[in-house]
Amino acid sequence: MTAVAEVTAAAASRPAPVQRRKRVRPARVVLHVFLAVTALVWLVPLVWAVYTSLRTFADTSAHGYFSLASSLTFENYENAWEQAGLPQYFLNSVIITVPAVLVTLLFSASVAFFVSRFNFKVNLFLLMLFTAGNLLPPQVIITPLFRMYLLIPLPDWLSNGSGLMYNSFLGVILIHVAFQSGFCTFVLSNYMKTIPHELTEAALVDGASVFRQFWQIILPLCRPAFAALATLLTIWIYNDFFWGLVLFETGADRPITSAIASLQGQYFSNQNLIAAGALMTAIPTLVIYLALQRQFVSGLTLGANKG
Amino acid sequence: MTVITDAAENVAGAGVSGSGRVRRLTGGDKIVLGLMVGVPTLLHVALVWVPTLVSILLSFSQWDGIGGLATIKWVGVQNYTTMFTVSPTFWPAVQHNIIWLVFFVLLPTPFGMFLAYQLDKSIRFTRFYQTAIFLPVVISAAVTGFIWQTIYDPDNGLVNSILGTNKPGTSYIEWLGDSHLNLWAVLVAASWRQAAYIMILYLAGLKGFDPALREAAALDGATEWQAFTRVTFPALRPINIIILVVTIIESLRAFDLVYVVAGTNGTKPGLELLSILIANNILGESSLVGYGSALAVVLLVISLVPIVSYVFQTFRKDQQA
Repeated sequence: MTAVAEVTAAAASRPAPVQRRKRVRPARVVLHVFLAVTALVWLVPLVWAVYTSLRTFADTSAHGYFSLASSLTFENYENAWEQAGLPQYFLNSVIITVPAVLVTLLFSASVAFFVSRFNFKVNLFLLMLFTAGNLLPPQVIITPLFRMYLLIPLPDWLSNGSGLMYNSFLGVILIHVAFQSGFCTFVLSNYMKTIPHELTEAALVDGASVFRQFWQIILPLCRPAFAALATLLTIWIYNDFFWGLVLFETGADRPITSAIASLQGQYFSNQNLIAAGALMTAIPTLVIYLALQRQFVSGLTLGANKG
Repeated sequence: MTVITDAAENVAGAGVSGSGRVRRLTGGDKIVLGLMVGVPTLLHVALVWVPTLVSILLSFSQWDGIGGLATIKWVGVQNYTTMFTVSPTFWPAVQHNIIWLVFFVLLPTPFGMFLAYQLDKSIRFTRFYQTAIFLPVVISAAVTGFIWQTIYDPDNGLVNSILGTNKPGTSYIEWLGDSHLNLWAVLVAASWRQAAYIMILYLAGLKGFDPALREAAALDGATEWQAFTRVTFPALRPINIIILVVTIIESLRAFDLVYVVAGTNGTKPGLELLSILIANNILGESSLVGYGSALAVVLLVISLVPIVSYVFQTFRKDQQA
C-alpha cells in the first residue's frame, strides 16, 4: 500500500524544472485554459445526467429538459430503487464480484509465483497463454461457452436453482476468473520478479516448504500490487455488461450493470428515471475510484509500464 | 492464518531431509506447485482456449442448438459462403469495425496522448484535471450508453435542445436512430472513454521517462514538437505499442455501449458490429450456432494479429534475458 503511494508520489514529485522566474508565462495560461475547458467538457455528459435525474418528470415535461429546474429532488432515485427492485441486482453484483476478485487474485498469484520464482521451461509459454487469452474479445468464445454452460449440470445449491452452469452465479464468476487471471498473472509475475531471490532461498535453507514461501514471504510482499489489482478488478468485474447479459436467461439473477439494460422500457419509462437508475449503478465504482484513485491508477500502470 | 500454515506444513512435509541437507523440492512441494499452476491454467484453458478452438470447429457446422450434440450437421464452408456473399449484415459490420478502429486511432487515442503529455508538465491542478477527465473510464460502458442517451435523445436531449433540432417535422435529428449518423454519435460517446483511458496509460509511461532527455533536446534548440517526435515518442516505444494494442482490441471488443443505445436486442441499422452480430445469434430468436461461430472465427483471426504481435514483442526480451 505505502509502496504504491511512494512510487506514485515519487513519480509525481519528480524534480520540477527549477523555477527561477516567477513571471506567468502565456503558454502556461493557454495550457490551463485548454485543460480546464477539456475537463469541463468531459464532465458535461455526467453533469447533464445528474441534472436530469434530479428533476421530476412533471417539471421536465412542462418546461422541457433544457430549462432551469423548478425544484431538485431525489424522487427518481427512490422510485428507481423501489419499483425496479434495484437492491436485488446490487446484491447479485456483490455475490459475483467479491468471490471473482478474490479467486482471481489467488489464482494469478499462484501462477505468477510459479513462473517468477522457478526456472521451468513452460514458464514463458504459460505467460503467453494467459496474456493472449486475456486479450481475446469475449465474443470470440461466447457461442461455444454458452453451449457448454447449457450442458454442464450443477447441484441446485450452486446454481441458484437452475441446475445448470448457465444461469448460475458460479458460471459468471468462473469466466471472470478465467479471463482476468490473464492480466493479473502478467502483472503479478513482473512484480514478483522484483523480489530478491535471496529471500526465498533463505527460507528454503530454514526448511520452509514451497507453500510457506508463497504464503508467508511472497504474498505479504505483494500487498501493494494486490491493493492496486483488487481495486481495478472490482471496478472491471462490477462494470461487466456482456457476461451478465448473455449467461443469464432472465433479468432476476443478473448483476446490476447488465440488469439496467432490461429495466429500461420495463420500469424506467422516462429519461429522469433512466438517468437516476444508470447513475445509481455508477455510484459504487465512482466511490471506489475517488477513494482509491492511487490504487486504481497504479493498477493500470503496473500492467502498462512493463512492456 | 495459523491453521493454514499448519496445513501447509502437513501438505508440503518437511523441507529439510533427514541428513539436514536442503533438498530443492520435496514431493509435497511438487504437488503444491502442480496444483498452484495446474488449477488456474486448467480453468483458463477450459473456459477461454477450448471454446476458441470449438468455435473454429463449430463454424463448419449447422446447428440450431435445440437438439442434442448429435443433431449437429457438418456443412463445410457453407457458413463462410453465406457470410461473405449472402448476409446483409456481415459487410456493414466489418465496415463499422474498421471505421471504429480508424476513428479511434486518428482521434481519441492521439488526443489522450496529447492530454497526457500536457498533464505531465508538473502544473497546478493536475490532479483535478486528471480526475475529471478520467471519470468516464470508471463508469461502465453500459452506463455510458445511458448517459449519452440523455444527451442524444431527439426530443429532450442536450444536443438537440441546444441546436434547436428537436421539432419533429421541421428540423429533427435522430442521432441514434438515423443509420447514417448513429455510428458517429456512438463513436463520440466511446471516445469520451477511450481518450481518458489512453491518457492515463500514457501518463504512466511519461512518468517513467527521464525528463533530462527532453531538457537536453530543448537546450539543443529543439522545438516542443521536435522534442516530442524525435526524443520522447521513440523513447516510449513499449508504451506506444501497448496503446496501439489497447486501441485495436478495444475497437474489436466494442459492444456494451452499442448494445445499450441500440435498444431492444441491441440491433439497429447503422450500428452493426461483429461482436453485436455474434451476440445476436445467442440472445436473439434464431440461434444459429454454426453461423455465429463463423462470425467469431473472423473476429478471432482479426484479433490474433495484434495479440500475437504484442505477446511476442513482450516476451521476446524475457526469453533473451
